[in-house]
Amino acid sequence: MTSVLYDAQGPRAKRRNVLYTVLFVLGAAAVVWWVYDGLASKHQLDWIKWKPFLTSSQPWDTYIWPGLQNTLKAAFFALIIALPLGALFGIGRLSDHRWMRAPSGVVVEFFRAIPVLILMLIANQAYFEYTDLAPDTRLLYAVITGLVLYNASVLAEIVRAGILTLPSGQTDAAKAIGMRKGQTMVFVLLPQAVTAMLPAIVSQIVVIVKDTALGGAVLSFPELLASVRPMAANYGANTIACFTIIAVLYMALNFALTSFASWLERRLRRAKKSTGAVVGTGPGGDLETIGAPSLNIDDGRAT
Amino acid sequence: MFDFLDGYDLLGAFWVTVQLTVYSALGSLIWGTLLAGMKVSPVPLMRGFATGYVNVVRNIPLTVIILFASLGLFSTLGVKLGADGFTGINFRLAVLALSSYTAAFVCEALRSGINTVPVGQAEAARALGLSFTQVLRLIILPQAFRSVVNPLSNVLIALTKNTTVASAIGVAEASYLMKKMIENEAQLLLISAVFAFGFIVLTLPTGLILGWVSKKVAVKR
Amino acid sequence: MQLRKVTAASAAVLALALTATACGSDDKKDDASGSSGGKKISIGIKIDQPGIGLKTPDGKFTGFDVDVATYVAKELGYDAKDINFKETKSADRETSIERGDVKFIAASYSINDERLQKVDFAGPYLLAHQDILVRADDNSIKAPEDLNNKKLCSVTGSTSAQNVHDKLAPKADLQEYGGYSECLTGLENEAVDALTTDDSILAGYASQDANKGKFKLAGFKMTNENYGIGLKKGDADLKKKINDALTKMVSDGSWEKAVKANFGPANYKNEPAPKIGNVVK
Repeated sequence: MTSVLYDAQGPRAKRRNVLYTVLFVLGAAAVVWWVYDGLASKHQLDWIKWKPFLTSSQPWDTYIWPGLQNTLKAAFFALIIALPLGALFGIGRLSDHRWMRAPSGVVVEFFRAIPVLILMLIANQAYFEYTDLAPDTRLLYAVITGLVLYNASVLAEIVRAGILTLPSGQTDAAKAIGMRKGQTMVFVLLPQAVTAMLPAIVSQIVVIVKDTALGGAVLSFPELLASVRPMAANYGANTIACFTIIAVLYMALNFALTSFASWLERRLRRAKKSTGAVVGTGPGGDLETIGAPSLNIDDGRAT
Repeated sequence: MFDFLDGYDLLGAFWVTVQLTVYSALGSLIWGTLLAGMKVSPVPLMRGFATGYVNVVRNIPLTVIILFASLGLFSTLGVKLGADGFTGINFRLAVLALSSYTAAFVCEALRSGINTVPVGQAEAARALGLSFTQVLRLIILPQAFRSVVNPLSNVLIALTKNTTVASAIGVAEASYLMKKMIENEAQLLLISAVFAFGFIVLTLPTGLILGWVSKKVAVKR
Repeated sequence: MQLRKVTAASAAVLALALTATACGSDDKKDDASGSSGGKKISIGIKIDQPGIGLKTPDGKFTGFDVDVATYVAKELGYDAKDINFKETKSADRETSIERGDVKFIAASYSINDERLQKVDFAGPYLLAHQDILVRADDNSIKAPEDLNNKKLCSVTGSTSAQNVHDKLAPKADLQEYGGYSECLTGLENEAVDALTTDDSILAGYASQDANKGKFKLAGFKMTNENYGIGLKKGDADLKKKINDALTKMVSDGSWEKAVKANFGPANYKNEPAPKIGNVVK
């Protein structure tokens, strides 16, 4: 790989790289050995702690699969509601009209500031007071509502930043051919911004998936992470094994999500060669060039 | 109406939250910058490590990472980070876990910031004979940082709220006190509202100030 | 235009998904109508406390609380198959009752004054005590005072943890986790010296196959925990019915049987059946 950040490597630089690599591998091997040895000497790798997951389908059927379904359900609805809502607020904050800009700004800043956990608690109570949903459905709705409020406001910021990074020539050109403001937004700015924003949006999807776990922490929403507790209680407190299995599942799930999203991103990118804003890479990719002004907002909120 | 607050050290709990946030913010900024450096470095293995690290860490829920720090690092492997007593150990473990987790997001934000620096800058620096670390340190990163103040402020706000997860290993921060009060007082909503307000007080100024800073330092192109 | 296709596709997915959950929520309404006096009943339990209330890998619920709840439900006119057991977290117990999400709660729920302001209690049906669990080979803790220079573990914010802090062993180093399992891992790894909570819960953990011979109860009886059945405040009719059911459970021997079945393997010496309304301070 060539990069503009450094020159093509000569023999000395190559030797140095090999040395770094060897040192790095040795260090990593030492750490792995230390972890393995520690775990083994404290009996955390004993067969009895891992057996349930590997020899029987029961823990998967009873605890993990229902939890995974709930996680997916909540994350899916939160996402499809939060995306358009976020776009709306993001555009609202860019509006020329004060009466639109101000409320959008307040909503975004407010819901971004409160922990999702507390939003979920309040939503649950509100649904109880004003609707007659069945308790199980109400929990799901409360979790989704909390996720939507928070993530819509983060997505609004992403959308706003995405539109702001577009070269101003785009708006000028649209004006020049007589487009109205709404038309400019819908036909010129938004389509370009969406492509540019995809990596940031993908990060946010991952955050949504992980945040469903907050519903389990306080509301007894039976999601994936909450399934650890009864599981560990049954198998004699094999917490390290349980959490490892769940962590691997989350990783697989989120990896599938991000892979799908970067595939989508590549397709969209190919379809519109002409965008002004170019995002360097999708999530997990390597830096290829130092490009034109671009954007990639990440948000670390998750549990 | 607020007499249920009597006897609880609300300010003390939020002070722990602030401390967790500040230390973890510093830790994650340093480690995240190093990761971003590795990610664009000439050594393929380092690039691979940084990519792998970011992908693994940000795909796992923070609760799990913090529990791994306590159950794995401390309880099993005996890492105490130089502290005596659970209060100190847990606080340091929480800072370690929060920093490791947030660093992945700092790295991603910085990398996108590096992307906004025009190619000509790096080319000019190389033409002057600067080495990779010099290019990164003197030319690229200073400009990259200026363009990612906003994303970084998002990360900081998220970090502030993420400190609530530290109660999973018993760090006595705000949400730990909240759990205790909910258990004792049975005033679920009122208590949540008080703590929500506390977090707004902490995060809203962060967002506004850094938003202003971001406009101030942005590189006009 | 590519984007338009994507939009159309997502709109279709959204519509599909909405119809899917619409059906789903209808089903759920039937399930959970215990509070509205239908044929089903929702009961709050714990699902992570062996011997008390546990969701087992075959999807069933076992434990003393579950047996008591099942018996009471039967006396109230509900078959075992009509019971919808629900997890109620400690922090969520009062609100679940107030909202009517569950008809009543049997979840190692100790009667105390703060809770009595929010909910009513039937029972008590079991007298437990706060105790400690130590490693089987550890003989250094002979009295509660010995805990003062030891490393203790309990559940975040729980009454047991606060008791240790405030009264039992103020100088003890206290580690708090979200659940007992994490504490047990710490105990096993010698990162903590003792796990403290109600003896009934500790006994269940100690007697599990994976933990056989590793841990033992100290038997200190540091507090009195009167487990009651929580129900909506002011529902005197239900309280009386549950109390009658509990009385009957003791008199016809089912109580003793449930104790034997759930605590027997743990070698837990339980207190005799408490008298209804007799809360031991």
